[in-house]
Formats: sequence, structure tokens, C-alpha cells
Amino acid sequence: MTSATPAPPVRQRGADAEPVLTVRGLEKYFPIKGGGLIRRTVGNIKAVDGIDLDLYPGETLGLVGESGCGKSTTGRAILHLQPATGGSVKYNGQELTTLNRRSMRPLRREIQIVFQDPYASLNPRLPVLDIVGEPLIIHKVVSKSQLRGRVNELLELVGLNPEHNNRYPHEFSGGQRQRIGIARALALQPKVLILDEPVSALDVSIQAGVVNLLEDLRDQLGLSYLFIAHDLSVVRHTSDRVSVMYLGKIVETAGTDDLFDRPAHPYTQSLLSAIPIPDPQRERRRKRILLTGDVPSPANPPSGCRFRTRCPKFANQLTDDQREKCINEDPPLIDRGNGHPSACHYAEALTLL
Amino acid sequence: MATLTDPAADQRRPSADAVLEVEDLNVRFPTDDGIVHAVRGVSFSLRTGEVLGIVGESGSGKSVTSLAVMGLLPSSANITGSVLFRDRQLLGLKDAELSAVRGKSIAMVFQDPMTSLDPVYKIGNQIAETVRQHDKSVSRAAAKARAVDLLKLVGIPNAADRIDSYPHEFSGGMRQRVVIAIAIANQPEVIIADEPTTALDVTVQAQVLEVLKTAQDETGAATVLITHDLGVVAGMVDRVLVMYAGRAVEKGTVDDVFYRPKMPYSIGLLGSMPRIDAGDRQRLTPIKGSPPSLINPPPGCPFGPRCPLHYSKCDEQEPDLYPTERPDHTAACIRVNELVGVDVAAEDIFTDDSSDLTLGAEAAIGESALAQQGVGDAAAVGGVPTEPPPIPGVDPDAHRDHEERA
Repeated sequence: MTSATPAPPVRQRGADAEPVLTVRGLEKYFPIKGGGLIRRTVGNIKAVDGIDLDLYPGETLGLVGESGCGKSTTGRAILHLQPATGGSVKYNGQELTTLNRRSMRPLRREIQIVFQDPYASLNPRLPVLDIVGEPLIIHKVVSKSQLRGRVNELLELVGLNPEHNNRYPHEFSGGQRQRIGIARALALQPKVLILDEPVSALDVSIQAGVVNLLEDLRDQLGLSYLFIAHDLSVVRHTSDRVSVMYLGKIVETAGTDDLFDRPAHPYTQSLLSAIPIPDPQRERRRKRILLTGDVPSPANPPSGCRFRTRCPKFANQLTDDQREKCINEDPPLIDRGNGHPSACHYAEALTLL
Repeated sequence: MATLTDPAADQRRPSADAVLEVEDLNVRFPTDDGIVHAVRGVSFSLRTGEVLGIVGESGSGKSVTSLAVMGLLPSSANITGSVLFRDRQLLGLKDAELSAVRGKSIAMVFQDPMTSLDPVYKIGNQIAETVRQHDKSVSRAAAKARAVDLLKLVGIPNAADRIDSYPHEFSGGMRQRVVIAIAIANQPEVIIADEPTTALDVTVQAQVLEVLKTAQDETGAATVLITHDLGVVAGMVDRVLVMYAGRAVEKGTVDDVFYRPKMPYSIGLLGSMPRIDAGDRQRLTPIKGSPPSLINPPPGCPFGPRCPLHYSKCDEQEPDLYPTERPDHTAACIRVNELVGVDVAAEDIFTDDSSDLTLGAEAAIGESALAQQGVGDAAAVGGVPTEPPPIPGVDPDAHRDHEERA
């Protein structure tokens, strides 16, 4: 990898580009079982409740939200690691949700995942060679004699020293372990990577290196990323488009700069205003939009708009007549004149940063 | 770059008398592999009403520092130095004597609100206990009333009803509010908050930081805010202490450290942060390598192996905190004189490439082996330059200047 960045590749998608991954109405409900002898299902945790996503070739789509909003479950449901309970996921036109394990396997070469915790996602008893080589053996893409060479190539690709291929995970730092996880995901030359909080467990100085690596790999290999994260500063830095999730639903989707410069949904607005900026003078002048209360239970979300129980707009600005609509009608994710879709009946773009 | 005077900063300037003075604090833990020297000569003083931020990455010794001040480290830890609270030495006090100080004069807010409350006692009782523990003359009813007031102060709705709740009935943010209520129950003079919002979501973090500000205003307590999040520090504190490998490597007002950092580590740390307010997507500048092992650290600057300005002289001895052009702003770098008066951004000195080639263990072994051979050899073997690498925008003569002065 060179330090000099070549001219930024064109990551603006053409009008004719087809999405590689299309998600429509994806649902993942977890049953709540009763406590009796016969454990009947008494309700559902609606972890993901009908979301739509399009991932275009070569782009990074950020999926952000707070803990429990369903962003990680979305990633796993797309990969069929936790089968979706409804909706459709199409990879290059092929439906994934109805596939069984065996027919899913060839597609696993195309879509891979990088997990959050580099301490838990690598087998501590295997040397790096075996960890990164395992997918190559399972999918029979290289012969035994080629394995070492291919693994070394992959280690070099993720900025590690190939001479360390006989080392065990504990000998590496957190950032390096995450690179091993990335090398393993790249082993089968996938087209799509689902990055589930790939840098959240790392210190900032290390995180920056992994973020740069992910950018380089995307541009070099033409990958598409679904970048799941709770840290909006990282998302702003890495993503081309961003979808914001709240309680199992997407509340706003926009191009990155559009979302950060003109957020229209009250939840996005409060999220942005809550993030501290490492700039003392700006930070002292900033006014925060503070949310009250906590996220409601996804087993029993509020009627109508799910955010209304914490919404500062609902609480302070709307008239009772206007509130009726929030209580009774679930706002669809459509453009309400803000240049991008948002799921708020009274969406209004604000400048916050 | 910003101007030097900021009215908001001036208003927050505290009075000059120190409540808490930590001098040359050292903490060593014996382990099977050797002695871990987790805190190495940290000094700071905290004045009434002032907020001091201690920042650093995992393992830099920031939490151990606060636990040592509170006397909460296990008895196996070897603590030396001095911790003066209102001129009273806290180090070496018996646990019973310390208990009279803890929770009364110095209070602490811990990182994880899930584990810092007792799950089998009601919230109200836990607050009332703190009040009555330090003042037996308070009646149960009065303590309970005080608990309600405190819960109201930290923004818990229906406080009068909620005092009979158990911790598990509260969310993480609510629990952290309760922990803050307990911390301020006895009007402490010092509050130590150790990563108070790290376990929380951003919107909840914003709420809890607001509560922490209220708590400060209410008690007038001096506060130590320990965090790894430079953003949190920027908005909350008056002065900053940056820690690396158990040492304070830069100290100064928040504006000085953020706008005019002089220690390469602080410069690198600021440059490696993605900014939510940056639309132009400048490439981040990571700091290569990992922090050194604190078992038998090599002589010289602990940041040396990761530092782009590193040369052989850096390995001779560990740098003290040297003064910079601003009063009370010090940085532990022997090249600080070259950096005085120039703004060096992270991208000027750190590279933005994305490899990560050295293993932590190897780096440590290599270091100590080289150190044994003497510095000259180390330079030859380890490829450490014997001449200082130039700093962009800095006249190389400045270096010679510095040499002469030294």
C-alpha cells in the first residue's frame, strides 16, 4: 500500500448502475416466549421492522443508530446468519432470504462480514495462516501448495507483515487483529463487505489506520461496504450515503454531506447535536438538542411515529392537531422537500454543525 | 487558527487555591512477568471550581491515577508520591480514615453505571445511606427527602416515586444520573469522574454531561474528568492533562492543548480523529505501532518508537515536561523548542498510509535489546536517525539554537 493517494476514484454512482444489494421491507422479529409449561409465543421483539436499503457498486453505505436500534441485526439478516422473518434481500437480482444453507454457501464468497470485536472473532488457538486460510480451504479456491502464498498476499494487502503468518492472535494489537479479520473477509474476493462496527473497539490513533485501510481496499478492489456504526464522525468520514435507524426503522437516508449539513428528521438532528466536537471554542458555543427519556421497548413500540415519545419537535413545537398525525400515522420514508427522504411528517432541514 | 483570548474561557477561570495536589505519583503492580509501572510520576493540582480533563488511550494509566488518589487500588499495588487534599496527605491513610474522606470530600463517578449501584437496594436507600454515613445526625426521613431532592436535581422524573425503584428498573443513563446524585449528596469539594459517559449512547451522553455540569454548578466542586474522548474534553474542561504510557506528556489549558499542541503524541491524537464537522474528508493520520509495555520500559521517550520526529537523542533519557510559549503549557518532548510558535498539524509530520507492520511484543524485545547495546548501536541497528528529522515549516536552524541553549 502506498501512502500517496491517487486521484480520488469516481464513487458517484452512474444513473444506469444497478445496486449490488437490494433490501426491501426486511423484518427480523424475535419471539417472546411465555413462561408456562408450553412456551407459547406471546409477542415479538421487532428488532428490524421493514427497512429498505440499496447498496451500489463501489460505494460505502453507512448505517447508523444507537444501541438496540437493530443495525447489527440488519447486517446479520442480510447475510442470512439470522434468517429474516420477512422481506427480501437480493444480491445481483438473486433472492437470499429463501435460500438454504447449502445454496447460500457459494454466495458467501460474494458477501462477507467483519465483526466488531477483534478479540472475540479470531480463534485464539489458530495461527494467522490458518485463520485467513480457512475460507480458502472451505471453498476449495486454492491448493495446499498455493495457500501460504495467497495468505501472505492477503496479509500484505491489509498492511500486515507476511512474516508473521505463523503467529497467534494474542501476539497482535487490537488494530492488527482487526486487520486479520479483514484479511479473512477478503480471502474469497467478495464484492460486498458488511462491516459491523469495525473500528468501535479500537483506540482513535489505531482506528485511523484501519479506517484508511478500508478506504484503500474499497478503491483498490472495487468493494461495496455496508458500514454499520454508532459513531457518526467515523461514518461521515467513510460513507458516501448514510441511513439513520431508530427502533428498527430507517428514519432518514441521504448523501453524507446532505445528511450532516441539512438533517431533516428530529432524531438525526438530536443525534448530530449530541456528538461532541474536539474543538473547545465551538464546543462551548454549541447548543444541544437534548432528548428526554430512553428508547422505548421494541416489543411494544409507540403507535404512529416511533420517535414521538422522545421527539423535541413533538413535545415543544407542534399543535395538538398536528400531534394527532404523529400518534396515528406511521410516517413513510419519503422526500418532503428537503432533498432527501426522511420519516417525519413535519421534517424540516436544519443546519447544526 | 483561533485567537488567544476567548471570553468564555476567561469566565471559567477558577480561583487560585488548590484543593487537590498530586505530586510525583507512581503506581507499580507486581505481576508474574515483572513489575508493571502503570503510573510514572504524574503531578497535577486542582483548584476550586476548576475542571481538569485527563485524556489518554487505553492503558495510559488515567484510571489507575484516579483510583490511586481515591485509595481504591488493591493492597498489592505499590503507591508512592503525594496526594494532598486541602494540605492533608491521603496516601498512607488507613481505610477507615479514608472512608471518612471518600464520598464526603472527594466523590467518584465510575464508568459503568450497571455495576456501580448495588442491585439489591432501592435507589433512595443508596442515596440516603451516603448522606447518613457521613452525618449521623440526619434523620432517616430527612435523608430520604434529600434523596428526592437530589434525584430531581439530576433530572429524574417523578423523583418521589422513583426512590423506591431498584437499579434494574432504570436505564443506563438514569443509573448514571443516580450515581452522580450519590456523588454530590454530601457537597464534595472534588468530584472524580472516570469515563462517566463511555458506556452510554451519544444522546444519553449529552444528557449525562449536562447533569454533570449541573452537579458542578450546584456543589462548586473541582472536577477531574477522565476520558478517552477528546470531544467530551473539549466542551467540559478548563485544563487538560494528556497521558501516555503512565506519564503526563502534555499539560495546558484546553485551548492551548487543542489549538497549539506541542507534544507529537497530542498532535497525532488530534489528527487521527475523524471530525463530524469536516466535510472535506481529509485523510486521517494514524499513529503507527502500539504503546510500549510498562514492564521494564526502555529509557528515553516512551512515544519515541511511534514518533515521526524521533531521533537518537530521544532515547537517551525520558523527557521532562518542558515549557512552551504559553504560561502553564508544558510538553514532554526534547524538540519542543523547535515547535514553539509554529502550528504543526498532524498531516505535516505523520504519514497517512495504512500499514501496521510491527508486533507489539517484537517492538518491546527489540527496544530493550537495543537499549542494552547502548544508544549509538541502537541507532545503527534499529534505523533510528541520528539527526533530528526536519519538521515542515520549521527552520532547521531552530534546532541548532535549541542545542546551544540545552
